[in-house]
Amino acid sequence: MIQETALIFTPQTAASAITGNLWLIPALPIVASGIIALLKQKRRVPAAALAIGSLGISLLIAIAAFAHVLAGWMANHAVRETFNFSWIQVGTSSVDLGWVLDPLSAVMLVMVCFVGLLIFIYSVGYMAHDENFTRFFCFLSLFAGGMLGVVIANSILLLFMSWEIVGLTSYLLIGFWYHKPSAAAAAKKAFVTTRVGDIFFLLGIVWLFSSTGTLLFYSHGAGSLESLALSNLLTQHAGLGLSAATAIGLLIFAGAAGKSGQVPLHVWLPDAMEGPTPVSALIHAATMVAAGVYLIARVYPLMSAGSLAGGTTVALTVVTWVGAATAVFAALIAVAQNDIKRILAYSTVSQLGYMMAGLGLGGVAVGFFHLITHAFFKALLFMGAGSVIHGVHEEQDIRHMGGLNAKMKTTFVTYGIGMLALCGFPLVFSGFWSKDGILEAAHNGAIKGPFYMLAFGALLTAFYMTRQVSYVFFGNKRAHHEAHESPKVMTMPLAILAFFAIALSAIGTPAWPWFKSFLNNEAAPFEFAGFAEPGLASLMLLSSCIVLVGIGLGWMIYGNKQQDAHAKDALEKALGPIWTLLANRFYVDELYGVTVIALYKGLAILTDFFDRCVWGGIVALVAWVFGLCAKINRFLDETFINGGFDKGCEQLSTGGGILSNVESGRAQTYLRYLAVGMIVLVAILLWSARP
Amino acid sequence: MNEMNTGIGLLTLITLLPVVGALIALFSGKQARAVALVTGLGSLALSLVIWTHLPADGHIGLVEKIAWVPSLGIEYHLGVDGLGALMLVLSAIVGLMSIDAANRVHHSPNLYFALVLLLEAGLFGAFTALNFYHWFIFWEISLIPAFFLIKLWGGPKRGPAATQFFVYTMAGSVALLLSFMAVFLATGSMDFIKLSELAHSGLLAQAVTQHLGPVMPWLAVGVLAGFAVKTPLMPFHTWLPNAYAEAPSAVTMLLTGAMSKMGVYGFLRIAVPIFGHEIAQMRTVLLVLAVATVVLGAFAAAAQKDLKRLLAYSSVNHLGYCMLGIFAIAVPASGMQIASQAAALNGVILQMFNHGITAAALFWFISMIQFRTGGPRGIDDFGGLRKPAPVLAGLMGIALFSSLGLPGLNGFVGEFLIFRGVLPLTWISATVSVLGLLVTAVVLLTVIQKVFAGPVPAHLVEFPDLHLSERLAMVPVLGLMLLLGLVPQLIVGAVNPTVLRLLSHWSF
Repeated sequence: MIQETALIFTPQTAASAITGNLWLIPALPIVASGIIALLKQKRRVPAAALAIGSLGISLLIAIAAFAHVLAGWMANHAVRETFNFSWIQVGTSSVDLGWVLDPLSAVMLVMVCFVGLLIFIYSVGYMAHDENFTRFFCFLSLFAGGMLGVVIANSILLLFMSWEIVGLTSYLLIGFWYHKPSAAAAAKKAFVTTRVGDIFFLLGIVWLFSSTGTLLFYSHGAGSLESLALSNLLTQHAGLGLSAATAIGLLIFAGAAGKSGQVPLHVWLPDAMEGPTPVSALIHAATMVAAGVYLIARVYPLMSAGSLAGGTTVALTVVTWVGAATAVFAALIAVAQNDIKRILAYSTVSQLGYMMAGLGLGGVAVGFFHLITHAFFKALLFMGAGSVIHGVHEEQDIRHMGGLNAKMKTTFVTYGIGMLALCGFPLVFSGFWSKDGILEAAHNGAIKGPFYMLAFGALLTAFYMTRQVSYVFFGNKRAHHEAHESPKVMTMPLAILAFFAIALSAIGTPAWPWFKSFLNNEAAPFEFAGFAEPGLASLMLLSSCIVLVGIGLGWMIYGNKQQDAHAKDALEKALGPIWTLLANRFYVDELYGVTVIALYKGLAILTDFFDRCVWGGIVALVAWVFGLCAKINRFLDETFINGGFDKGCEQLSTGGGILSNVESGRAQTYLRYLAVGMIVLVAILLWSARP
Repeated sequence: MNEMNTGIGLLTLITLLPVVGALIALFSGKQARAVALVTGLGSLALSLVIWTHLPADGHIGLVEKIAWVPSLGIEYHLGVDGLGALMLVLSAIVGLMSIDAANRVHHSPNLYFALVLLLEAGLFGAFTALNFYHWFIFWEISLIPAFFLIKLWGGPKRGPAATQFFVYTMAGSVALLLSFMAVFLATGSMDFIKLSELAHSGLLAQAVTQHLGPVMPWLAVGVLAGFAVKTPLMPFHTWLPNAYAEAPSAVTMLLTGAMSKMGVYGFLRIAVPIFGHEIAQMRTVLLVLAVATVVLGAFAAAAQKDLKRLLAYSSVNHLGYCMLGIFAIAVPASGMQIASQAAALNGVILQMFNHGITAAALFWFISMIQFRTGGPRGIDDFGGLRKPAPVLAGLMGIALFSSLGLPGLNGFVGEFLIFRGVLPLTWISATVSVLGLLVTAVVLLTVIQKVFAGPVPAHLVEFPDLHLSERLAMVPVLGLMLLLGLVPQLIVGAVNPTVLRLLSHWSF
């Protein structure tokens, strides 16, 4: 209804000063990281100050950029400003890099800088006692730079390069406590699993580049996401009845699925919790894992190319189903986990599935709004979990917590807000509106499967979060140590994030869908009529009921119970083998262990065997035959040829002998055989060439 | 082409300098390393002067041409374009790194450094020669010092490794020589430029067929065999892991950093220009071998326990991308495909340089680790080295990530351009080869995991970190990796005109 009355803005693409200087936003943290790398480990204060200061300045520039886009939007201009340049000149074509300022990148820039800054500040407290404090801030800054590079990229190559820098820093930060073998293994697993997606992504990039001749997304009509290139891609066939546009879209989605932990590449994300908790909050909840979703939002014109009015495309259908499957799959696993961070990790996987499904079903704005609200409340939850872990002396098992609501008031209240936002508690929490947008889009879809899956996922989400909060904050105290509240430097960021977990509701309600209008370059009138859209009210009621049922069930089973830390979980008793299956994460890791990893190891051993025995054997055989021939030749040579050639060989022997008087002269013998063989061949050649 | 006889110039000088240095080093006893360092620095300076004096249009410049044995078509003919000059710079850098790494040669250092300089002279000679006779002498000359360096200063199994290396490469060379003798018999010329012009116009095949019968494909096979052994291309690589592992690490740096490039260079300067049509006919087989080199090289690396053998196979994998790029472009092309060929060829040349720097750096680090442990270099002999030696771990980490193709470091750009070129030309090869990227990542990250992470075993607690002079030696190299990762135009700018000129002169 609203879209039909919306006014489509006039495009504005002329670059302004702010766009020209947009590179500063990623460059500042990267430079800071370089300087911190050169600091001595003892220089804690300058390291933290550099990291926080540089990201602070980046945030200011990002806000200025956002204000610029906002000003354009208010003047009814669709702002999309680019700055492109040639990186290398290959043949007669050019490999271009560049950056873009549009509503999508502006919103993401502000979110990443802002959440990142809060997590940097929180880290000062969390990592205060770590001996590698300085290095931590070096990696964190490099991460921020890479992530911001992904956000501003107008070139898919620049995006990929930043994407890999982000992957590197994720690797370094997961393995930050490298003396723990589990952390080192988790870091490797994360890098390799995401690289599986990345090699498909790389193929997609190369294909896109060679088909369209450009790496730029937008370039005054010549970019790969603009209509000319897209219509070309639609007419090229890629086999299996797919157009090149679809095939490239799917390859890019494989990269996004790796980064965003979509099934079947989700296995690395829960293990990534081996890293320090601020890392989990920043990288594995709010920003990096969202990069995959951001990527799909960025290349959305490619993903949706060829769809008729209101229809969908093969690429988007795949995105939808993978997203919906991930949402349910990870939520199921989260129900049966006992590690506070792992529950949140599976919840992140599940929520990323929602975002993907939202993109597939409802377009950029629907999925992207959930990305933004999730970034705030999930960062809040992770940092709250960090505060809890800190408070109970590095304990992560929720069965060994309990009754913390009295001891850690700020943490409890803010965590509660984050939990309700994640559950999608009706009306006042941002998660409700962003999740509702996705459910609505799913409900409007032609196929209802994803809707039921996502609705079931919502029920599970409300349930497992209630279970977790009950275990941690309610019931009897089961911790070994006396809990204490965390310092202000850690709780203040929690409060700020909690504020936004609620406040962001204001920009995404059907009455004033500002966020959606801003991204889609439409006007955003405020009208209560938005709620009156047919079916919307009943859908909202339904999703509210789902959430309340989930929370109610959770509270019924786990709420405020007095129990022993080693007692069996209530559901474990009821579900039996199903619980075992969930607790063991559907045995996906074990499955990969006996398939992919076994194949890898088997191929390695096989190749090595082949190398040593088959090729090595052939070489030995050839050498033997050669030696035999040489012996025959030598016999002929001694009998018939004699003279000059022998002398030559002798001279060679003496010459070499000076150098190798300590060693035997076997090589000279070989040389001699070779030379004899050669002479014979030359003779044959000359004979055959005679006129 | 410039037919004038021109005098002696920079190119003769750069080849002569290490020969003179070798003679001085031979008689300077314990000061030999200092002599070698000075000579190496001088060579690097000269190579950079040559680099800046290249013709901007991609043609061969700094030509020196003197009649030698005219009756046999032998001329003293030197010249470099972007490709040759880049290889000179690479050889000079790797040579210097190798001399720097060899700071603990106790047994006849004068002979050791004389041989290293001689090897460098061989490389310079081979990368500047434009006449087969002259080129072949340097190709072979570089082999002899390499043989003795492995044989006299190598590990426990150095004897068989050196012999295998020598005989195998010699066998390849013989095949090469035979082919060229046949070509000479048919055409009366040994000049690469002249022969490539004859091939381009189709006269070469005509002359060979007329004089020798339909042997052109066999001549191509002979030439390919020579280069395939040197590079190496699977299955002609079995000498390599033994030679790389048994050679002292400083010599391995030269073998992988510079000598392996002689093979790739041979493909680009000799095999493809002269036998382009025959290579195009054998393209499918060659592509299969190249893809096997990429993928199986990576898998074989995954099975290794010895760090040097592991890196040796990883080198095989990296050079496989060069082979892949070269064979992929061997098709008659038009329109958009020419852009793909140009991308792939630029990528191949970049990859040659980048692999040279990175592989040499990796073996440099192995050499540092070995000096400290006194020998053991199994992947399971270490653990937690990051704790006692954070600088070593950090710097070697950068080199390892460069090797696995992390964007922002040098290794990525070449591989990206190769895949950019190969995918449209032969998508199956490209798709299978990306597996190599994945497996390489697993292998190199396993090295980091096993060597640098985890708890520190008792015997490594006192492991000394890199000291200042070692750090200073490596920082410029790592700086170069970063610089080329961010500004690859520094090389591509000079190589691209050469690429365009080469492509316009090749016919498939």
